[in-house]
Amino acid sequence: MASVTTAPAAEAAPAPEPRAETILHMVGRFIRPAIALTFLLTVVAGILYPLTITGIAQAIFPSQANGSLVYKNGQPIASSLIGQYWTQPQYFHGRPSATSPTPYNASNSGGSNLGPTNSALQAEIQANIDQVRKENPDVPDTTKIPIDLVTSSASGLDPDISVAGAYYQVPRIAKARGMTAAQVEDIINAHIQGRFMGIFGEDVVNVLELNMALDKAQGK
Amino acid sequence: MTFTFNGLAQIAVFFLILLLLTKPVGLYLVAVFEKKNTWFEPVLRPVEKAFYWISGVKEDEEQDWKAYTVSMLVFTVAGLLLLYAIERLQDKLPLNPMHQSAVDPALAWNTAVSFSTNTNWQNYSGETTMSYLTQMMGLAFHNFTSAAVGIVLAVAVIRGFVRRSGKSLGNFWVDLTRCMLYLLLPICIVGALFLVWQGVPETFNGSAVVTSLEGFKQTIALGPVASQEVIKMLGTNGGGFFNANSAHPFENPTNFTNLVEMLWIFTFGAGLLYFFGKVAGNTKIGWALFGAVSFLFLAAAVICFGAEQNGNPLLNTVHATKDAVVSVDQTYHEYALAQPGGNMEGKEMRFGIGSSTLFATVTTDASCGAVNSWHDSYTPIGGMIPMLNIALGEIVFGGVGSGHYGLLMFAVLAVFIAGLMVGRTPEYLGKKIEQQEVKMASLGLLILPLSILGFSAFAIVYPHGVSQISNPGPHGLSEILYAYTSMTGNNGSAFAGLSANTPFYNWTGGFAMLIGRFGFVIPIMALGGALAGKRIAPAGPGTLPTTGVLFSALVVGVILIVGALTFFPAYALGPIVEHLLMLAGKTF
Repeated sequence: MASVTTAPAAEAAPAPEPRAETILHMVGRFIRPAIALTFLLTVVAGILYPLTITGIAQAIFPSQANGSLVYKNGQPIASSLIGQYWTQPQYFHGRPSATSPTPYNASNSGGSNLGPTNSALQAEIQANIDQVRKENPDVPDTTKIPIDLVTSSASGLDPDISVAGAYYQVPRIAKARGMTAAQVEDIINAHIQGRFMGIFGEDVVNVLELNMALDKAQGK
Repeated sequence: MTFTFNGLAQIAVFFLILLLLTKPVGLYLVAVFEKKNTWFEPVLRPVEKAFYWISGVKEDEEQDWKAYTVSMLVFTVAGLLLLYAIERLQDKLPLNPMHQSAVDPALAWNTAVSFSTNTNWQNYSGETTMSYLTQMMGLAFHNFTSAAVGIVLAVAVIRGFVRRSGKSLGNFWVDLTRCMLYLLLPICIVGALFLVWQGVPETFNGSAVVTSLEGFKQTIALGPVASQEVIKMLGTNGGGFFNANSAHPFENPTNFTNLVEMLWIFTFGAGLLYFFGKVAGNTKIGWALFGAVSFLFLAAAVICFGAEQNGNPLLNTVHATKDAVVSVDQTYHEYALAQPGGNMEGKEMRFGIGSSTLFATVTTDASCGAVNSWHDSYTPIGGMIPMLNIALGEIVFGGVGSGHYGLLMFAVLAVFIAGLMVGRTPEYLGKKIEQQEVKMASLGLLILPLSILGFSAFAIVYPHGVSQISNPGPHGLSEILYAYTSMTGNNGSAFAGLSANTPFYNWTGGFAMLIGRFGFVIPIMALGGALAGKRIAPAGPGTLPTTGVLFSALVVGVILIVGALTFFPAYALGPIVEHLLMLAGKTF
């Protein structure tokens, strides 16, 4: 703190005793406001502010404030915002998730961080392509796989897939549920979430919404 | 490069909204810092006075640049020590429902420096390391104060540029208090509630446990997220509550929140440019700088978008094992079979390419460092843009305050260089730019690359440094370069594949952040202090006009030439060579 003792002395030039500032003055000039304001601002910004926000949020937006949980028969089945791991053929599947130790681990979010020229990325995409092909054998070979179905999302908790990604899975779901392709496509079309202001973001479908709508359509 | 109409429209509309916000925000800044009445005066004025009374601050006492700087340093050190103590003791303190243990010393040091310097580099995963108390009292507190410190430093430097007499730059404690009470807290209260409405959690309960329709059990981390999220963006801090940062649906659930979060990052940077012109007595001076940085912003946003929308050509050659013709589709489609296409690795579906690359540009133009997609997984050129944005000094609207005083430094250099070229007297705002000013501007300019390139070179020759790389080949060099660029630039975003939570990276990174913050701001404050005492000479025929397109272009030229000359050799070995190898089909 050498600068503390030297710097302000120059400032006090017009005062009668320019260089006579004692340690006590220094404490008064710099240390006291530093400690007092640190304390006061911690109380205001670190305690009162979050407590106030939490109080108001819990009162006026209780559902969102507690994680937008979705219930079925009184049991929480998901958060509408957090993607889940889907494996069964009668449900739409989400994007690959790179969270550890298991996919869609909602207490340890993250992406793969694989770089574009890393051979591990190629290997992962290859494995994802094989997985998608295995799950959807009825899709003709001429149909390319939408990129979002074989790439890991940023959060590992992506709740959405592209419209193309949903259509790709239609033959499998129709077969597994004994529905027509048109019925499944109608459900997709009814759940497309457009861009914000018609401009920002992408057209997406929420996987959980689709799957709940499928179950509902069949009275489950 | 591939462009879509929608992608370019996102950039254009975002920029238009920012343009509309600039003047009102700037005028409000004038009210706060020139002590005009704000709307909150009746409620907050007594609180403000009580703060001064308790802290022993005399409201009308002015400080010169040295006293102002020392006040800032003492305040920052106090906060840094407090955060370090909270981290080390969090297991013994309340509000720890998930029973997080104490943070180890190297990580606690790195994090304490990181948050008190407005960097918010995170070598930890929020949901598995920090207690709610640490997140709130430690981290959120610094999100506020480090932002406020940045803003008031910029205001002090501006005063040096525009004041007609005296050597004083204002009073640090008064500016800090007013910035917190009148500026940051009111916006944050409204902003946090907006975020909760959109789906961002705000609770002190532990995680929620759900059982999916398929019977999978999922534990969902929650917390007081919204109250932190807003100041994280508004204060260009960028430290996420969750590891996935603004890609996490709980931090950034919709495209509405994504747009607002991007605007928050730029709000004060843009507003300060207007503020500067206003207090200098000619708003055209502010708009000239606004024009310069707008050009840099738009160019970067368009290039980054084009590179990512083009996708990764290496993936087009990957085929299914069983039926070898089936490959992936990286092209953009509208309407019935809509999909974003492009390089979607490490990006969220709802943001697609356009809103991801725009966010990446904004967050690195400013010193925010929040991410809604993983820059490490960007194509080489797409990932080079964010890195270059930071390396140029984050002066494009910039971090709160820091971007503004960084840009003023470039303005001084532009005036000086132009003066040398055409033989005109170097003057800015009627004040002569002389030896002392140019020395200080050059010092500030040299310190950043010294830290970025110096630490990177050290990490590359040090075996441990290289061993933490996750992506081999030239991309590995980019990971290290990005890390020290981000920490020195007080940005905090990362090529996150690098495993930087080691004593080596924690300690060196901590020093890089300190150098980047204080090694830069002290010369700038000296520059402001030197200018403060100067007489304002009326503009003569030999004066270079510092308004208008010519001056904007000159500033852009200085920024690009300095930046390119400094960093091109390093980038040639990292992202540029990786791009060429990618086109040649080479993997590592």
